[in-house]
Amino acid sequence: MSNIFAMAQKEIRAYFGSPIAYIVIGLFSLLFGVFYYAILDWFVKQGMQMAMGMGAGPQSLNVNERMIRPLLQNATVLLLFVLPMITMRTYAEEKRSGTMELLLTSPITDVQILVGKFLGALSMYAAMLAVTLLYVLVLFAFGTPEWRPIATAYLGLLLFGGCFISVGMLVSSFTKNQIVAAMMTFVVFLLLWIIDWLASSATGLFGTSAGPIIEEVLNYLSITQHFDDFGKGIIDTKHLIFYVSFITFGLFLTARSVDSERWRG
Amino acid sequence: MIEVQHLTKRYGQVMAVNDVSFRVERGEILGFLGPNGAGKTTTMRVITGYMPPTQGKVVVAGFDVFDQPVEAKRRTGYLPETPPLYPDMTVREYLTFVAKIKGVQAGERHARVAAVMKKIWIGDMADRQCGKLSKGYRQRVGLAQAILHNPDVLVLDEPTAGLDPKQIIETRQLIKELAGTHTIILSTHILPEVAQTCQRVVIITKGKVVAVDTPDNLTHRLRGAETMYVLVDAADVDATSALQAVPGVTRIGTSDRHGSAVGYEVETSRGQDIRRDLAAAVVSKGWGLLELRPLRMSLEEIFLQVTTDEGDDDKLKTAATVEEVAQ
Repeated sequence: MSNIFAMAQKEIRAYFGSPIAYIVIGLFSLLFGVFYYAILDWFVKQGMQMAMGMGAGPQSLNVNERMIRPLLQNATVLLLFVLPMITMRTYAEEKRSGTMELLLTSPITDVQILVGKFLGALSMYAAMLAVTLLYVLVLFAFGTPEWRPIATAYLGLLLFGGCFISVGMLVSSFTKNQIVAAMMTFVVFLLLWIIDWLASSATGLFGTSAGPIIEEVLNYLSITQHFDDFGKGIIDTKHLIFYVSFITFGLFLTARSVDSERWRG
Repeated sequence: MIEVQHLTKRYGQVMAVNDVSFRVERGEILGFLGPNGAGKTTTMRVITGYMPPTQGKVVVAGFDVFDQPVEAKRRTGYLPETPPLYPDMTVREYLTFVAKIKGVQAGERHARVAAVMKKIWIGDMADRQCGKLSKGYRQRVGLAQAILHNPDVLVLDEPTAGLDPKQIIETRQLIKELAGTHTIILSTHILPEVAQTCQRVVIITKGKVVAVDTPDNLTHRLRGAETMYVLVDAADVDATSALQAVPGVTRIGTSDRHGSAVGYEVETSRGQDIRRDLAAAVVSKGWGLLELRPLRMSLEEIFLQVTTDEGDDDKLKTAATVEEVAQ
């Protein structure tokens, strides 16, 4: 346990000791701010239109439903670009600088290294999300949003990002080159993102017998669809299990990848 | 302390290490000698548990490296060819991190890091980033990292490569000092280094062990006969016949000429010291004896002999005898 902690601490230090953390957090909050402004603008206009037309009915605009939920949903797009920058270095850098030899010859297991690195990257990502929380808190000063759906949405974001991080670490374990790792990670993220687009054409491709099953599988694998319920304020074990098992599987493959590299030399 | 038994490592079709066996006793410094690509680094990587062997096993301090890796690694310090440093960390941060993952207890960490920095003379660089250190200091920090958890066994892959002459001497001195409390394997392709620091030498080429012995024995035994070099000032008289008359001499050759003095290479059968007789023979003729010394094969020559002529059966046999003698 202390090994995992030491490893995670080292990773966090590496992020904040180099420009990576500041660039990533800066870029992310800048883009998040643009999204925030656009959606807020739209939200305010909607509110004004409603107030002017039909003498303000009993219904009013729900801040959670019309503002925060779409905002966080859109923010997941940003992760596509930002998370590869966090994960690209995890293994690639150790391999390039030869420090992998230090880690693998120290009395610390591969799994401890892996989990430590994952927690380090996840903390970095959490720090990034924490900054965006400031934007959301501003809304509390001018309206009365529900905090619970916000909490579940952030939990969802954390899990969602965790999946990407585990995939990103896997890709990083394939190469010594951080740029290659980042590019490949981005492509893999994108594929996971749009996997449900393929779902709708599955019947056409695979015929009526296999098609619907493949469609269902692809829909299930779609990492974005599982996020919807978290955004609505629902914690469904179905989605929780999906994310947790996705992360575990990603980390498992990473462990295998590191191990196989040992054998191949 | 370290036992390597029939170690074989294959990378796909390439045989990097082929059936290598040797032992290192407690407190000993073993030199691991071989040309580049001979399998030194691979062997060391298996010993340190970085990679598993294809066949065979390695036991370090009583623990099988493959079956009980954590226990074995706890007792091993490793300095790879390039020191494994994190460029963004300061030396102190780096060593503290290494102390953590090497299992140094939290209470002792601070003192241990300070002690090692003092021992390796890197205290003045404690707060400098590793990435900004000179080559010599990197190497030292690498060494500090290896001895941090006070391991029984130290594996050093070319510890003096890329250092300047002064640093090389300092590093060798340091390694000798460490030998009392640690068992050391060190690899190199610099031969004087082996002669100066190691008690025993393993010569490896193309993945196979070709010789195991002390540096002294190697220089002696690899030569069938012993040769004396005699520089005689005989005023242009040929001294060959006079030297030939000395009992024990088997062959004589002229090697070089310095003005009126002529150098001879006098071969004798092994184990006979004919220096006194040679000197007496020269002096009794009234010639000047300017030089008399045994010609020994330098380690370089041995090394070349053992590692390059593997087609030559005689040479291989010689190497094999050396190995038998060593055992």
